[in-house]
Amino acid sequence: MNIPIDSSIDNVQQLMLAPSGLELNNLEQVLSSIMCHDVDYADLYFQASRFESWTLEDGIVTDGVHSVEQGVGARAVSGEKSGFAYSDEIALPALQDAALAARAIARQGQDKRVQTWSRTEGHSLYLPTDPLASLGDRAKIDLLELLDREARKLDPRVKQVTASLAGGYDVVLLAATDGTHAADVRPLVRLNVSVIVEQDGRREQGSSGGGCRRDYQYFIDEERGLGYAKEAVRQALVNLEAEEAPAGTMQVVLGSGWPGVLLHEAIGHGLEGDFNRKGTSAFSGRVGERVGSDLCTVVDDGTLAHRRGSLNIDDEGMPSENTVLIEKGVLKGYMQDKLNARLMGVASTGNGRRESYAHLPMPRMTNTYMLPGQHAPEEIIASVDNGLYAVNFGGGQVDITSGKFVFSASEAYMIENGKVTYPVKGATLIGNGPDVLQRVTMVGDDLALDAGVGTCGKEGQSVPVGVGQPTLLIDGLTVGGTSV
Amino acid sequence: MSGDIAKARDILKDQASLESVAAQVLQLAKAQGATAAEAALSEESGLSINVRLGEVETIEFNKDKGIGVTVYFDKRKGTASTADFSTSALEDAVRAACSIAKFTAEDPYAGLADADRMATEIPDLDLYYPWDVSPETAIELAKECEDAARSFDPQISNSEGASLSSHEGTRVYANSHGFMGGYSTSRHSMSCSVIAEDENGMQRDYWYSVARDRRDLEAAAEIGKKTAARTLQRLGGRRIDTCKVPVLFAADVAGSLVSHMISAIRGGNLYRKSSFLLDKLGEQIFPEFVHIHERPHMKKVLGSAPYDSEGVATYARDLVRDGVLQGYVLDSYSARKLGMASTGNSGGVHNVLIEPGAHDQQGLLREMGTGLLVTELLGMGVNTVTGDYSRGAAGFWVENGELAYPVDEITIASNLSDMFMQLQAVGNDVDHRGNIKCGSLLIDAMTVAGT
Repeated sequence: MNIPIDSSIDNVQQLMLAPSGLELNNLEQVLSSIMCHDVDYADLYFQASRFESWTLEDGIVTDGVHSVEQGVGARAVSGEKSGFAYSDEIALPALQDAALAARAIARQGQDKRVQTWSRTEGHSLYLPTDPLASLGDRAKIDLLELLDREARKLDPRVKQVTASLAGGYDVVLLAATDGTHAADVRPLVRLNVSVIVEQDGRREQGSSGGGCRRDYQYFIDEERGLGYAKEAVRQALVNLEAEEAPAGTMQVVLGSGWPGVLLHEAIGHGLEGDFNRKGTSAFSGRVGERVGSDLCTVVDDGTLAHRRGSLNIDDEGMPSENTVLIEKGVLKGYMQDKLNARLMGVASTGNGRRESYAHLPMPRMTNTYMLPGQHAPEEIIASVDNGLYAVNFGGGQVDITSGKFVFSASEAYMIENGKVTYPVKGATLIGNGPDVLQRVTMVGDDLALDAGVGTCGKEGQSVPVGVGQPTLLIDGLTVGGTSV
Repeated sequence: MSGDIAKARDILKDQASLESVAAQVLQLAKAQGATAAEAALSEESGLSINVRLGEVETIEFNKDKGIGVTVYFDKRKGTASTADFSTSALEDAVRAACSIAKFTAEDPYAGLADADRMATEIPDLDLYYPWDVSPETAIELAKECEDAARSFDPQISNSEGASLSSHEGTRVYANSHGFMGGYSTSRHSMSCSVIAEDENGMQRDYWYSVARDRRDLEAAAEIGKKTAARTLQRLGGRRIDTCKVPVLFAADVAGSLVSHMISAIRGGNLYRKSSFLLDKLGEQIFPEFVHIHERPHMKKVLGSAPYDSEGVATYARDLVRDGVLQGYVLDSYSARKLGMASTGNSGGVHNVLIEPGAHDQQGLLREMGTGLLVTELLGMGVNTVTGDYSRGAAGFWVENGELAYPVDEITIASNLSDMFMQLQAVGNDVDHRGNIKCGSLLIDAMTVAGT
């Protein structure tokens, strides 16, 4: 399949449906056949994707992978129930079969009508570009080889370099019984560099990367790719010097940018509509209550141009939004998809997302971050007598019911008497979601978003997301080091 | 032949049609000038249903297929995949793979696994027990499971529901050595997750059962009751002071420690020097009483496979004997890079068994005396390069061999090399559900971070 030259509905529809002779009125018939059961809502989600990745190790690009995927998912919603079936064939018989299977969720009922099509005007946050074609294959390899050479040149202790370049695009088309008729073309690229350094028999790793909804030129512009290589080497060398991390509860300063994974785990998941409708989140029923200090304002913003977590429309055809989750410490609302919004009597916030046509949508984050405060980062560090300064993290996890969350530092330092002293080994930090923002006592003026590498997993589905925050001081968080 | 006859016939037809696609793809690769090629195909279908608070929540019908093709032009490699088996899509995929191979570097280690390692006989491992379960039956079973959990105790206040899923599929692997193999498998599972609440807040836990044959699943009501009991036990969880104590990993989380070892002896991590077990072959990595086996041909078991994802025959072997590391986990590429031979582990290990000791969990709690029983681990704080280990945990404080009270919002930390050498005992309460079959593991001392 070739990339459409624009992401207009007509163009996407032509591309997706024309090869099998499908037309909009076929989709209407299929949706109508679902609505003859006692169904409140039904939708069809068409998707076509192309993806590639190139991997370098031991100085050479040894592997390249190219994949294509396409299909259509049919969903029927009745009350709290969802029926779902999909097919990797985009053709009328397959579509009809999927619709029949999906509507089995509901009893035969009175006919309801598919509402008149209403085209969604999505955002124009990114261009409908084909990243794969943005750089010749030779140039992709040259870029990876350059990063390998440069990383090794930076320090003789660099023993291994692994780098990967990945890119692709999703074309989606939506038709729903509420009249939704929408399309999007979503490019996504990513570059990662990971190094192993060795000194006196001790080995440590460092890794860095970035990505966005643009094409590969992004990594060449401003020498961003080289920047990732340098950053990976710097982190690995810091870790060579790292001493045992402390164990226990202490003041923790979190750096700006990627450490915003704290918000994603501690707060974000607990504010997704599905858990709150079911009353299974530690934040359930707490809208209007104080859940953070008045320094804390947290948003989920899918409308940032070119960001990894951004969407022109969500996977239910709703334009993404900038949703205030917590304002000056007070819980304002949840992130919603159509099903949970309807059941909770609120509007969708454009957070309905799915991994692919073969997955059911649910409320998911886009780019989640905290707005900046008043303090310079240096002031925040200077205020700490004895604590941890964590600037880089791996992943995290949360138990949304108990509110307990963890996230693992990959680069951290001790703060002693207001000064950053020595690096310590990575350690897991653990806290309680509804409690942690109440302990935020200083917020920096240095809001940064991450470099574009986040992937969020929920119920087995992965979607790209962004996180961000300014430097924060948390007055008491448990640090899981080994040194008692 | 396992399973019922009518279904088995269908699956043979499915396998034959996958085999003909595989042959077609190998032919296309050859026509494009590839000197070698391999193709992996799969077809899967199934049903997943979820019931919550006594009502159906979701019914999902799954049907997936796909093909991955790798071509070699001498020592250059390219890979492509598609879910479309039409001739034109297969041609596109092969062309894409060949195009990539024009640009990838000559890699002296690249290529198919050696021809003399191909499985010559494909034993029937009894992995296929289809279950033609209707959505109605599946819903009834899941309701029974959830009901048993919800009616177990008034403190069970809410539910995330009970799920039943049943899947079956066929996979075929073929390469230009002339290897062509295929077999069918089934996988059925039932799970439940509920919430208990008291004045301190909510706690959630879950339980599940999984099997090749639905008749080997735990009874629905049993899964529900176990879920409820596990959830109730967690109520009133509190933090403890930071300390250094013995830690007993319950069987259902202990397997993760063994999986970290497996990851560290994987060929890719070894040749990248990204492993804390680098150059440990033939060395003591556990105490002498520890023996770990790989048993790929266990009948009817989830982790079993007659050959690996390169067609190399799998075989039974010791990974650890008397605490000494006996072998690595290698595919043909990493084996060549390390100057060794494939161990039939392309795609991973197949049934890793830790020889059980004399005691069950109760016995190990008594042996521990005072310390921490870990029943849940959170997060990914494991560094395979250094072995540094720091994860979120929940469980129970243990005094005089008895559970004293539930504990949460703590971390446990150490280094895996030390933890392995400080292993005190292996339980006989083996959790057979996963690919790693392990009893509870007692570790001498770890740092617990709390208040």
